[in-house]
Amino acid sequence: MLYFSKLRIAFILLVSIILTFFTLSNFTNFENNIIDKKINLGLDLQGGSYLLLEIDNTPVIIKELQNKSLQIKNLLKEKNLNIKNIKVTDDNFITFISESETINEIEKIFNDKEESINPYYERFKSFKYDIYVEENLFRLQLSKYGLIDLKNSSLDQAIEIVRRRVDEVGTNEPNILKRGNDRILVELPGLDDPMRIKNLLGKTANLTFRFISSTSDENFGTEKIEFEDGTEIANVSKRIVLSGENLIDAQPRMDNQNNQTVVSFTLDRVGAKRFGKATTQGVGQRLAIVLDGKIISAPVVREPIVSGAGQITGDFTFQTATDLALLLRSGALPAPMNIIEERTVGPDLGEDSIKAGIFALIIGFVLVISFMIFKYRIFGLIANTALILNLFFLVGILTLFEATLTLPGIAGIILTVGMAVDANVLIFERIKEEKFNEKNQIVAFDSGYVKSRTAIIDANITTFIAAFILFFLGSGPIKGFSVTLGVGILTTLFSVYFIARMLTAMYLMKNKTREINI
Amino acid sequence: MENNKIKFNKFYKTFNLASALLVLISIFFLFFKGLNFGVDFKGGTLIELRATDKQINISSLRNAFSNMNLGDVAIKKFGKEYDYLIKFEKKDSDQNLIQNIKNELTKKLGSGYEIRRVENVGPKVSAELLKGGLIAIAAALGAMLFYIWIRFEWQFSIGAIAALFHDVILTMGFFSIFSLEVNLSIVAAILTIVGYSMNDTVVIFDRVRENLKKHIDIKIFDLTNISINETLSRTIITSVTTLLALLSIFFFGGEILKGFSLAMILGVIFGTYSSIYIANPILVLFKVSYKTVSKEEKD
Repeated sequence: MLYFSKLRIAFILLVSIILTFFTLSNFTNFENNIIDKKINLGLDLQGGSYLLLEIDNTPVIIKELQNKSLQIKNLLKEKNLNIKNIKVTDDNFITFISESETINEIEKIFNDKEESINPYYERFKSFKYDIYVEENLFRLQLSKYGLIDLKNSSLDQAIEIVRRRVDEVGTNEPNILKRGNDRILVELPGLDDPMRIKNLLGKTANLTFRFISSTSDENFGTEKIEFEDGTEIANVSKRIVLSGENLIDAQPRMDNQNNQTVVSFTLDRVGAKRFGKATTQGVGQRLAIVLDGKIISAPVVREPIVSGAGQITGDFTFQTATDLALLLRSGALPAPMNIIEERTVGPDLGEDSIKAGIFALIIGFVLVISFMIFKYRIFGLIANTALILNLFFLVGILTLFEATLTLPGIAGIILTVGMAVDANVLIFERIKEEKFNEKNQIVAFDSGYVKSRTAIIDANITTFIAAFILFFLGSGPIKGFSVTLGVGILTTLFSVYFIARMLTAMYLMKNKTREINI
Repeated sequence: MENNKIKFNKFYKTFNLASALLVLISIFFLFFKGLNFGVDFKGGTLIELRATDKQINISSLRNAFSNMNLGDVAIKKFGKEYDYLIKFEKKDSDQNLIQNIKNELTKKLGSGYEIRRVENVGPKVSAELLKGGLIAIAAALGAMLFYIWIRFEWQFSIGAIAALFHDVILTMGFFSIFSLEVNLSIVAAILTIVGYSMNDTVVIFDRVRENLKKHIDIKIFDLTNISINETLSRTIITSVTTLLALLSIFFFGGEILKGFSLAMILGVIFGTYSSIYIANPILVLFKVSYKTVSKEEKD
């Protein structure tokens, strides 16, 4: 146990130098990207905002079912199969009634893997819709995988829009990730007031241009919609003249004529054509600009607009106009989103946490080191050297992998300092016992190392198991704790079995002739 | 070497009784009083606020919050003199909630305050976090069980597990009795306690096992005492260094880590105690002998 070959010493030195280098690289800047690595500070240390958004997929599901029922109707009509009463029920079923002779034929269409009306997922061995047939009543429901597929595609669209909106605001290195199949995690480092972002992400930004009906009675083709300022309710046509999809640009602008802030927009070719046609026919009518179910404004069309450019007037400040333009540029979300979890830490608190954490680390470190010297003298010094290097290794590895350091992560480092000496204590105590029975002190040291090994490995595995489970099941800052605790165990074993053992061996060889007491 | 310096085994019965009583009290409180869950597990909103205007105090804050229609608002001092922690459970997720609160506060208290931290957890997320936390603790206990099962004979496993449950129950009982807040970091602390308790027990058990083979003629009652004494200085030194580290987190690591480090401090104390007074008496109870460890040894 106490013999070290030159190769092994070289290896230990090399690893020590590399990891110490990475530790120090946190405090310097290098030109080279490969070696210039830094530990990431978690949001709780650098300040910032963590938002968890959940997509409310209800409208997406309803839209899918409505489209599907229309497709079914058309397909079966094409095939001369008569059905009646096709509708979407409140509990998300598509139901219809067929003639009794054609039940089998219709059923076959839905169970045909080649047919596009009910797509088949080869991977999951499942259709998009589950079919239930009772006599001549057909009931279709999205299957488990059909629903997942729908949610995933809505999530894909939503994350793209979220990314665009966050990027447009221009925050510092945002982190946007999928969580499950209907959630998006947004991390915004350095942002201490997420109000604006929350407002932007909370809006679906579904924009439509629709004419206001001349009659005030609600009928099949119209619906009552409230103005945003709540002053008026208008009867608006359901027919959409133009939607946000046709916009290619939107910018806030000052209207020189009446000194108002407006949002000017540019349409794509299709949009320009439709807008031109509609405004030609609708001169004199009021055109409502509807955003997320509220009318922003409803100006009277004075002349046909054929240029493909226009402006939205409304009660805007420059800020609200800027945000509306941003929302229109980035496009509409497929479904509304709710913020279901928010954690924001101000930069001051983050800085205070770092200071407190480092102060606690220094105090803890000094206490442990003093205690070890008091208890073991020269061997305390050896254990402490291993402990200091252990700290460098731990920070070095975290830097190398650019891990995220959180406040509980710092606590994990401090705890590692307290627990790391355990292995050396086990060894030293064992050596003491072995020396009691063994006259040859080199043999005693050797067997002290050998016999304490199982206990050390056992003791570290148990803590490692706890850290490992925490890593997979914990979240956010807690994950940071499990990382430092887990990595700390590995570096502890390295520093004890390589550094401390090497130093012990060197000390022993130098004092061969003298009686050594631990 | 004096292997039997301290007669730990003389007090097995007394301390077992005391432990049983403490466990029962803890369970009683956990059952009837429950735990004081923080926003992580209960849902709601937490605001950490620092008053730069020294006129602001708890009563003026309470007054300002009283007619914002937020339900029960709990306000308390948090660490430094002018820091306050405000908590309330408002179920609906109004996106402008924080902005509205800021506006109201500024109207009533002026601008002499600074919001340092906001946590807002919806009911769905808090339910998931609680479930996740329980799963994590169950998984950790399960993993320890498995490790012990492959590592030791069943008598030892039962001893180690009993010690483990003892430590976790007492720590949680302490949190229940003193209404200390339980949040995500407490789950992390409990998992660490699980690891530490195990670690401490396993080191003594290792020695018991070794001694069973060495001193075939000594009865387990005395053998546990020899083993405890032989490993005693290690047990004490490691507990001391770990506690030194934890105490420096508790006193200097800032307000946020207080509950977290307190749970671990308790866990280390309980863990050290239980390795001696829970784990070992169980070996005595099962009359562990040389035969127990010899029949499963292959070599």
